[in-house]
Amino acid sequence: MRIKRIVNEINSTTTDSTIEIEKLDPVIEKFRNKKGNLIPILQATQNTFGFIPKDAFEYIAEKTGLLLTDMYGVATFYAQFRLKPVGKHIIKVCHGTACHVQNAGIITESIMEALKISDGETTPDNLFTLESIACLGCCSLAPVMMIDKEVYGKLTGKLSVNIVKEIQLKEKN
Amino acid sequence: MEKIKVLVGMASCGIAAGASKVYDKIFELKKLENLDFELVKTGCTGMCFREPLVEIIDHSGSFLYGEIDEKKAVEIFEKHIKNSEPVKDYVVKSDLFETSDAPYFKGQVKTVLRNCGVIDPESICDYEKQNGYKAIKKILNENITQETVIQTIIDSGLRGRGGGGFSTGMKWKFAYNNKSDEKFIICNADEGDPGAFMDRSVLEGDPHSVLEGMIIAAFAIGGTEGVIYCRAEYPLAIIRLNIALSQAREKSYLGKNIFGKEGFNFDIHVKEGAGAFVCGEETALMASVEGERGMPRRRPPFPAVSGLWKKPTNINNVETFANVASIILNGAESFNKYGTEKSKGTKVFALTGKIKHGGLVEVPMGISINDIIFKLGGGIQDDKKFKAVQLGGPSGGCIPEYMSDILVDYDSVNATGAIMGSGGMVVMDETTCMVDMARFFLDFTQKESCGKCTFCRIGTKRMLEILIRITEGEGREGDIELLEELAYQIKDGSLCGLGQTAPNPVLTTIKYFRNEYEAHIKDKKCPSYNCKKLITYTVVEDKCTGCVVCAKNCPVNAITGERKKVHFINQEICIKCGVCFNKCKFEAIKLS
Repeated sequence: MRIKRIVNEINSTTTDSTIEIEKLDPVIEKFRNKKGNLIPILQATQNTFGFIPKDAFEYIAEKTGLLLTDMYGVATFYAQFRLKPVGKHIIKVCHGTACHVQNAGIITESIMEALKISDGETTPDNLFTLESIACLGCCSLAPVMMIDKEVYGKLTGKLSVNIVKEIQLKEKN
Repeated sequence: MEKIKVLVGMASCGIAAGASKVYDKIFELKKLENLDFELVKTGCTGMCFREPLVEIIDHSGSFLYGEIDEKKAVEIFEKHIKNSEPVKDYVVKSDLFETSDAPYFKGQVKTVLRNCGVIDPESICDYEKQNGYKAIKKILNENITQETVIQTIIDSGLRGRGGGGFSTGMKWKFAYNNKSDEKFIICNADEGDPGAFMDRSVLEGDPHSVLEGMIIAAFAIGGTEGVIYCRAEYPLAIIRLNIALSQAREKSYLGKNIFGKEGFNFDIHVKEGAGAFVCGEETALMASVEGERGMPRRRPPFPAVSGLWKKPTNINNVETFANVASIILNGAESFNKYGTEKSKGTKVFALTGKIKHGGLVEVPMGISINDIIFKLGGGIQDDKKFKAVQLGGPSGGCIPEYMSDILVDYDSVNATGAIMGSGGMVVMDETTCMVDMARFFLDFTQKESCGKCTFCRIGTKRMLEILIRITEGEGREGDIELLEELAYQIKDGSLCGLGQTAPNPVLTTIKYFRNEYEAHIKDKKCPSYNCKKLITYTVVEDKCTGCVVCAKNCPVNAITGERKKVHFINQEICIKCGVCFNKCKFEAIKLS
């Protein structure tokens, strides 16, 4: 149920002094006073910061006259929007039907074990965020996962962990 | 002599399989050797199980190469492109000789997918060469009336391909009958149904066909503005749509006075979805376009009367629009000569799961499920026993093996308790637990319920709790009856299609696989050895040779033991993935 997420995340939206809120000006300029602009503004905000900081909500409300309640309602309704910072790389493990039948659970569990985080969490070094998503539409390569924009198919637990570790290694060097 | 044409399948799935590297390799060699041939990035041929795919068309014929990596690409380049000697070992389809994969294409009739894998989706010229934009030009040049266009679509028998199955022509007629100076045409590309990817394939492989369908709809009902609502999980589809839109605008196929017709104003823009399954429902989709939470509202008024921004609106699915141009160009008969009495034309199915040849197939309506799975799909992976096929995603149901001779059309499928849906077909074998499948779908709908209707919001949650306890061996006497009772209440008490169909996966699995539910509840056993709380993996001491293969492959390092000594599985760490069971060559891992 979508309502549950609000409770979980409402407290985690923190004020962060490192956010350069002015980066939003061109976004606001582009969408101001256009009907149906709420979702595109939030999408552009997330593209800018990787998530939607609390400050951004207030800034947008001030500049556009959109209501905070409306924005918050929308941001917590759609799966795409994040209210807390994410890791540098986002691991999206597909849990669509085809992937489920081909044992996608193992992929998530193996990565959880390897990175010592739960589904939906970010590693302490802010390198990875692990997410489960509904379907990537690459069903014939099931089970699949997507890290950043790259899709990996025909995975096994071991293989997925190796891919993650490889990225980890690259980051360290 | 005509130039050789080399096509590389570069849809999302092809790229995931490694098509970019293959393309880059061929591109590099082409430059290095300074050879003159045409190298094209194309969409998906539907033969996903052999990706990455490279097709070479030369003076003698066409050769489709499958499972190509960089090394094989070099070989094909050297032998075929440079020296005109096809490498037959890698050919999966050719018009010159038979291949073992040929049955995959037999029985397919490509209308929607006609251009996918044939043209460069980023080239409007390629599309126009394949009779693209001829249908709308025919309408304008021959002064065909709006009524005639709508009648042709009605006569064709085209029904909504997104799952609803409502007559497309009738829908257009309703929107046409409502007078307004502003009308909207919406293309529903929010393909949220997990296991279906035909819309992605069409958008990535042939975006102009969808645009042309929308333009024809705009002409027919008097539409002034178009919106394509595409899910954000399909970044490539959005990129290619935007390329197609700007090309069409450049040619004045979109904008003001399009195709040179005075007063015909129509433009389209893409609206990115934000990840909510319920937005596939038309009223929720419109709420989302308006920038609100995607919650459905009561109908009537129907969108044809009061839709987006309270204006008359016509919403069709991607596949529906992709059918339109060909119907107008070739006549209603070209479409309704295929299919059954009430379900006309062809339908694209996404064949996935435990099937040998997974991919996209386009077949005439009325073909049997058996034919799709065994003749086209090549049967079940590892030759295991076929158990059931899931049709229609989270709103659909499971059809058991013994009913798989039914014919695929809207009405026959509905009679089983499943639905046609958007055409996702997930094949399951003997190792798939049906109770777990029901739990999986309920988990999905429970999360995706928008929360508006009490029965859907709370009912799905309660059903999920019951299913979880059954799969964990905590099921109680009477749980099946309780599930059924809840299911019917949710169906009756929900406003939109999501709630009304959410219990279908549970109801069909109870109907056809009641014994599996009973085994979980009464005997605390999972007959398919799938539910993790009910199984254990142990090492058979007499058979273990200490080869360390299991320990090496275990993703969580739960297996310990020295080389040449009996190994041991730590049950506390074991996540029951079954890798050791599958990797052991000595049958030394026991599943119980």
